[in-house]
Amino acid sequence: MSDVISSSFVRRDLLAERPAPVKTTGFIGLMRTRLFNSPTNILLTILGALLLWFTIVPSVKFLMVDAVWSGKDRAACLAENAGFAVGACWPYIQAKFPQLIYGFYPEAERWRVNLTLLLAAILLLPLLIPRLPAKGLNAGLFFVAFPVVAFFLLHGGGIKGFGLSWTAGLLQLFDESIVGAGQALLTSSKTSAIGPLLWVLGSLIALLGTVIHWLIFPLTWLRDYIQGTGQSVWTDFAVTAAIVCLITFVLGGGVRTGGRALASSIATFIAIAIVIKLMDLDHGGLPVVTTNLWGGLLVTLVVSVTGIVTSLPIGIALALGRRSTIPLIRIFSIAFIEFWRGVPLITVLFFATYMLPLFLPGNFTVDGLVRALIGIALFTGAYQAENVRGGLAAIPRGQSEAAAALGLSWWKTTSLIVLPQALRHVIPNLVNSFISLFKDTSLVSIVALFDLLGSLRASFADPKWSTPSTAFTGFAFAGIIYFMFCFGMSRYSLFVEHRLNAHRRN
Amino acid sequence: MTTEARKPPPQIALKIRRILGGKAGWNGVAVQFAFAAILGWIGYEIVSNARANLENQHIAAGFGFLRNNAGFDVNQTLISYTGSDTFLRVFVVGLLNTLIVSVVGIFFATVIGFIVALCRLSPNWLLSRVGEIYVEVIRNLPLLFQILFWYLAVLAALPNPRQSISVFGIAFISNRGLVVPSPIGQSGLAPFLAVLAFGIVASLALHFYARRALFQRGQVIRIWPSVLALLFALPLATMLVFGLPFTFELPQLRGFNFAGGSRIIPEFVALAVALSTYTAAFIAEIVRAGILSVHKGQMEAGSSLGLSRGATLRLIVVPQAMRVIVPPLTNQYLNLTKNSSLAVAIGYPDLVSVFAGTSLSQTGQAIEIIAMTMGVYLLISLLTSAIMSVYGWRVSRSLGA
Repeated sequence: MSDVISSSFVRRDLLAERPAPVKTTGFIGLMRTRLFNSPTNILLTILGALLLWFTIVPSVKFLMVDAVWSGKDRAACLAENAGFAVGACWPYIQAKFPQLIYGFYPEAERWRVNLTLLLAAILLLPLLIPRLPAKGLNAGLFFVAFPVVAFFLLHGGGIKGFGLSWTAGLLQLFDESIVGAGQALLTSSKTSAIGPLLWVLGSLIALLGTVIHWLIFPLTWLRDYIQGTGQSVWTDFAVTAAIVCLITFVLGGGVRTGGRALASSIATFIAIAIVIKLMDLDHGGLPVVTTNLWGGLLVTLVVSVTGIVTSLPIGIALALGRRSTIPLIRIFSIAFIEFWRGVPLITVLFFATYMLPLFLPGNFTVDGLVRALIGIALFTGAYQAENVRGGLAAIPRGQSEAAAALGLSWWKTTSLIVLPQALRHVIPNLVNSFISLFKDTSLVSIVALFDLLGSLRASFADPKWSTPSTAFTGFAFAGIIYFMFCFGMSRYSLFVEHRLNAHRRN
Repeated sequence: MTTEARKPPPQIALKIRRILGGKAGWNGVAVQFAFAAILGWIGYEIVSNARANLENQHIAAGFGFLRNNAGFDVNQTLISYTGSDTFLRVFVVGLLNTLIVSVVGIFFATVIGFIVALCRLSPNWLLSRVGEIYVEVIRNLPLLFQILFWYLAVLAALPNPRQSISVFGIAFISNRGLVVPSPIGQSGLAPFLAVLAFGIVASLALHFYARRALFQRGQVIRIWPSVLALLFALPLATMLVFGLPFTFELPQLRGFNFAGGSRIIPEFVALAVALSTYTAAFIAEIVRAGILSVHKGQMEAGSSLGLSRGATLRLIVVPQAMRVIVPPLTNQYLNLTKNSSLAVAIGYPDLVSVFAGTSLSQTGQAIEIIAMTMGVYLLISLLTSAIMSVYGWRVSRSLGA
C-alpha cells in the first residue's frame, strides 16, 4: 500500500498553454476545411471557380453591363450603332411586353386580366400561409368560385339561364342519346343475324328513353315556362336556390340539425347573386374576348391553374378507384392511370386537338384552348392519382378501422378521416406535380396556342427587332419568369415538407 | 388420439359475392352495372359520333392508308427512304429516329448526371455549390424552353459552314449542324466484328464464372487481365492480320458546304443536348439520394473488416445504393424517351413529328395515326415497367434470402 503512494507522481508546475485549435467555422474555417485542405481539393476549387467565372461573368455582362436599355427599334441594338458589342436588347422586351403577358387581348380590356390576377393572388396567398384560419372557406373560394368568376371576367359574356335550365338541358341531351341508341339498334336488327336479340335490346333502351323523357318532363316544362317569362335568369336562379336550399336542409338533418346547412347554402346563393349582379351577367355581361386573342403569360397561368384545379378531383377519384375492392372500378382506374402515364403529353395534346372533335357530336364545337385543357386535366389527373394513392397508402389501417368501429359509412370514413390525412401527407408531392404541370404548359404552344413561350417564339419573327442578341434576350426574360414561378413553388414545397416532418427532426 | 382440424365451410355464395362485388358485396355489383352502363353509353356516343363525323369529312376509316405513298421527304433517315415510300415506312423511320435520339440522350444524361451527383456530394464546398446551381436552374426551366433555347439561340448563333468551328480538324460545328468523319468499312471489318463479339461474350462468361467461384467456394479469381486481353489485344491482333476494319472519311470544306463525312442535323444536336442536360439534373438528384441512403455504418463496417476504401465502395456501398437508384433512374430514362417527342417543336423528324404531324395533316386519319403513336409509347413504357417489376421482385427476393 505504502509503495503505491510513494511511486505516485504529482505535477508541481503548470503545463505551457497550447495554441488555440484551428478555426473550423466562419469564412476562414470554411476555406480551410472545405476548399483548400488537400491538393485534390485545391484543384477542385480552382475548377469550380473557373466554371463559375466562365458562366456567371459572361451572363452578368450580357444582361447588365453590355445591355442596351432604351431604343425604338433594332437599330439601337446593333453593334455598329451602339459602338460596343451589344448584350441584352431590353427595348425589344419593352416593346413586346404586352404581347408576352397578354397576347392579343384588346388593350381596352386588359384591366380584366389584371383584376383576375389580383383576385387570384388575394385568394392564393392566405391559402399558402399555414397560420391563417378559415382554410376550408378559402380553398372553396379559390378552387370553386374563383374559376367561375375568372371565366366570366376573362372570356366575358353572360348567362341565359341558371341551374334549373342547365340540368334540364343536360338531362334532355342524355335522353336523346339513349333514344338514338335504341333507334340505331332497332334499325340494325333488321339486317343482323341476331336480329331478334337486338330488337329486344333496342326496344328496351327506347322504352328506357321514353320513361326518362316523362320523368324529366316537369323539369323541361318548368324550363320552357321560365324561358318564356321576361326575367328568365332571376326566376331560374330563385327556383334553383329554393330547390338546392331545401335539399341541403333535408340532407343536413331537417329541422333538428339542418339550420347550419341551410344558412350556408343561402349565404352561397346570396354571394352568387351579388356576383351576377355586379358583373351584369343577366344582361350579357362583359364584352366577349374569344380565346384565340389570349396569349402570353395569361395563357400559361390559365392553363396551369385550370390544370391544378381540375386535376386534383380527377386524381382523388382515380386514386380511390384504384384502391377500391370493386373489380370493374379498380380495373378501369388502373387502366386509365397507366394509359395516361404511359404516353407523352404532346401526344395527349394531339389527341385532344385532332381526335376529340371527332368524338363529339358534329354540331358541338369545342374551343381550342378548352381542348388543350381537357387533355392536360386528364394527363395531370393520372399523375395526381398516383401521388394521392401514395398518401392513402401511408395512412395506417387503424384509422379506417377506428372509423368503422364508430359506425361511419365508407363515404364518411374516406372524406372525414382518411382523405384529409392522406392529402396533408402528400402536399409536397402535389406541389412538385404542379411545378411540372407549370413547366409542361409550354407544350400548348405546339398545338397553336400562344402561351409565354409561343408568344416569345412569335416575337422572334418580327423583322423590326431582329438583331443577333434578340433571341438571347427573349430567352433570358422568359427564363427568369419561369424560374421565379417554379423556384418559388419548389421552395414552398420544401417549407411544407419541413413543417410536416417537424416531429421527426431531432 | 388426434383429431383432424375441421375444414371451414365452403361458403360458395360468399365467395362469389366477394369476386363479383369486392367488399361492397351486392351493392358493389350494382355499382359495377351502373358504371358499365355509363362506360357503354360513352363508348357508344364516341363510336357513333366518330362514324358520323368521318362520313361528313369523307375520310375512310382503317389502316389502308399505310400502304399509300407518303410523298414527302425526311431530313434524317437511318434506313433508306424516299418520298415514294409508304406511310408505314415513314412510321418506321420516325420510330428509329425517336429511338436513336433517346439512346444518345440516355447515354449523355447518365454521364452528366453521375458527374453532377459526384460534384454535389464532393467535400469541396465550391464544387457542391456549382452542382446545386446546375440542378436548380435546369430543373426549374421547362424542357421545351431549353430545347428552343439551344435550337433558336445557341445553334443559330453559330457561324456558317465556311467559318465553322473546327474540333482538332476532324469535326466541324456550324449552324448547319455537326459534321463528323464517317467510317467506311474495309475488308478487315467482318473478322474484326466477329472477334469483338467473341471477346464480349467470353468476358461475360468469365465474369459469371468468377462470381460463382466467389460465392460458392470463396475463391477470388482475378479476371481483369484476361478481360483486357479479350476485349483489346485480340481485336488488335486481328487488325494486324486482316488489315484495318474501317477507315475514316474526313469532311472537307468545298464551296459553301462540306463534302464527305456525315452530317448530324442541328435539330438532332439541339434535342440531344437539351434532353441530356435536362434529364441529367434529375438523374443527379436520384444518384445523390441513392448514395446518401446508404448508412454511414456500412462504410465503417467495411473498413473494420479490413477492406480497402475502393473495395468497400464497390462491394458494399454501390450495390446498396443501386437498389435505391435503379427504379427512379429507369423512370427518368422513360421520361427522356417520352420527352423526345418535343422534337416536333423544332422539326426533328421523330415519330410524333413525321407521323403524328406531317402524315396526319396529309391524310387526315387522326384516329388511326394518334392511336398508333400513343400505342408505341405505351408499349415502351409498359415493357419498361414489366422489366422493373421483375427487377423489384429479384431485389426483394435477395433481401429476403
